[in-house]
Amino acid sequence: MRGVSIVLAAGLLALGVGSPAATDGYVAIGGGTFRSVLPAGPGIEQVEIARYRLATTPVTNAQFLAFVRQHPQWRRDRVARLFADESYLKAWAGPVSPGPAAPADAPVVQVSWFAASAYCESIDARLPTWYEWEYAAAADETRADARSDPAFRARMLSWYARTADTPAEVGQGPANAYGVHDLHALVWEWVSDFNALMVSTDSRDQGEDPDLLKFCGAGAITMQDKENYAVLMRIAMLSSLQGAYTTANLGFRCARDGEEP
Amino acid sequence: MSNDRAHRILPTLLVAMLLVSCDGARESSGQPPQAAPPSTPASEVTGTTRGDFGPPQGEPVRAVLTSPPNVPPPTGRDHPAKVIVELEVIEQEMEISEGVKYTFWTFGGTVPGSFIRVRQGDTVEFHLKNNPSSKMPHNIDLHGVTGPGGGAASSFTAPGHESQFTFKALNQGLFIYHCATAPVGMHIANGMYGLILVEPPEGMKPVDKEYYVVQGDFYTVGKYREKGLQPFDMQKAIDENPTYVLFNGSEGALVGDHAIKANVGESVRLYVGNGGPNLVSSFHVIGEIFDRVRYEGGTYYQENVQTTLIPAGGAAITEFHVDVPGSYVLVDHSIFRAFNKGALAILKVDGPEDKTIYSGKEVDSVYLGDKAADLAAVTVAAEAAASGEMTLDQQIKAGAALYNGTCSVCHQDNGAGLPDVFPPLAGSDFLMADPKRAIGIVLNGLTGPVTVNGASFNSVMPPMSQLNDDEVANILTFVMNSWGNKGPAVSADDVARVRVNTQRTEGAAH
Repeated sequence: MRGVSIVLAAGLLALGVGSPAATDGYVAIGGGTFRSVLPAGPGIEQVEIARYRLATTPVTNAQFLAFVRQHPQWRRDRVARLFADESYLKAWAGPVSPGPAAPADAPVVQVSWFAASAYCESIDARLPTWYEWEYAAAADETRADARSDPAFRARMLSWYARTADTPAEVGQGPANAYGVHDLHALVWEWVSDFNALMVSTDSRDQGEDPDLLKFCGAGAITMQDKENYAVLMRIAMLSSLQGAYTTANLGFRCARDGEEP
Repeated sequence: MSNDRAHRILPTLLVAMLLVSCDGARESSGQPPQAAPPSTPASEVTGTTRGDFGPPQGEPVRAVLTSPPNVPPPTGRDHPAKVIVELEVIEQEMEISEGVKYTFWTFGGTVPGSFIRVRQGDTVEFHLKNNPSSKMPHNIDLHGVTGPGGGAASSFTAPGHESQFTFKALNQGLFIYHCATAPVGMHIANGMYGLILVEPPEGMKPVDKEYYVVQGDFYTVGKYREKGLQPFDMQKAIDENPTYVLFNGSEGALVGDHAIKANVGESVRLYVGNGGPNLVSSFHVIGEIFDRVRYEGGTYYQENVQTTLIPAGGAAITEFHVDVPGSYVLVDHSIFRAFNKGALAILKVDGPEDKTIYSGKEVDSVYLGDKAADLAAVTVAAEAAASGEMTLDQQIKAGAALYNGTCSVCHQDNGAGLPDVFPPLAGSDFLMADPKRAIGIVLNGLTGPVTVNGASFNSVMPPMSQLNDDEVANILTFVMNSWGNKGPAVSADDVARVRVNTQRTEGAAH
């Protein structure tokens, strides 16, 4: 494992993908149980989170540029339409030149799930799962789980209440208790299993539900957990997507299994 | 891995969370909940309550969408058609009140969203586009749709994408549409609602003016009219404690230059919706009576209605005639919402007066209430004045009675006034120096600094021009011959001369 990481770090440097000298840009998180806004099942409030490492910042335009140079099949003029829609990297000035609308250190947006997955794979990483993302995002600057703090929730909601704009540079927001930046208030982020959410919304058919009242009641009960509103909106966003979709506020970060390198 | 199990559960939860829409339980019979009122002849009950008139005929037509307060023209069709509706979701900052910005989420860039007008039996091909600049996914639940979620499931659309679904408009009526993406309440509170009119097969009865008004309640972190960009306040929304209650999404939407207009003699139809998310509206037009209200936006109507209830997620069609010019104020008659939270709109009616229907102000006099101890002396003086035999004593007595009703509240029963606030009349050098000036002050009021008996006063006395010449003369005669004052009698002619020479605003009483 150590050997792989060293090779990988060398590879990153060779690509000019800068990361903080002290680490490889990932921090170790988790290893325990967690109360997700999406319970694992009826009456099952806790989910198991295996130990994982999460990138401290979203992937930047500069990093993604290095990736498309290395893997030209992901250039916007060469990508298969099946894997990325017409808006893929549309804000970039050219196929291999982000230009002024996509600053080097701003998070890359308008990337599809397929492209994000390929990027992470190319650096021997993967997209985080929803539970991994949610677990890390529950923390504020000092607490591992700040979700019950109204001020923390209000901060999340306040980003939703602003109109979309060009995202600022990554790493400008405060690091949370794990040392992770920008989980809130910068961009939406892909997760590996978003399509678990998507498939459900695509296959929904209320008409097939024999007990509409119970159905709606269950929804209402879930929604009453008002402290989770901010996270629910992120799930709503993810569930509206398909793998080839790209949007102007949607980026990603990578994750890896296991302990410190 | 635990995720696998979670994914089996997610579908149920997410469908529930994302599509909170329970109007799938529609009754298929279409029977109205109550019989038509006796005053409604069966022949006047427009159309059928529910109807499928077969497949669409002719070329597809593109629906004309209008921004509030405008209403699209009648469809003018006698057959079912395929109607294409294209609606774009736009998230943008707009003014909710003067100097107060809010990030609205809109159907078509306005609150309420674009008005959609189709005919019963039409097949509607609905395109929902979510602008690429949007941050949020959105969808639409049209209450005029028969089908699960009212279209919500089929229209869930990520930013920069478009969804399409098709429905047949089986039921005529006026229906709310709204976004049903989680959290539904926040999407609605941000302005995501509008109206779709499904005309009866024979169309709506022609009227002179049609307008589009939707009430909504809004929840901001800052208090009412606090300036700047105000974020949405989730807790206030959950508490159902709105900062604003508005018609058409802004305090300025339907007032001043933006007031809706009609001319005397015209018939007016208001398509009124209530987007909510929380409040039920007691919709009322001050100074009008609705000839007809198609309550709840349905088939039947009530006549001669003062105020009609419009539920959140509901609508009503109100019709009336305007007979008298002036400004008519649309309000939610839960009246603090109107005067303290913004639920005001203006219908401006131009045209000639009709004094047989409404006179305007005919009498503007002081109501003396319990201060009117005894006005017999006033009557005596008035009769004496008419016969030309009024004595100073009669005038003083009449003046005393009038003074007690009109002047003593400020200048006090003993004429001493109140130190620093109301100047004294007793022994007043200012008063006695110029009786003609005193007449002018009674008629026109006095604002600004004066010095009375060496003391400075700087306050406001309103004009008392509602008093007639006799009354002013009697009051001043009383004042200038009481509490140590010794002056001349003031005659009604003196007052009349001063009154003629001063301009005053109409009805400028206190």
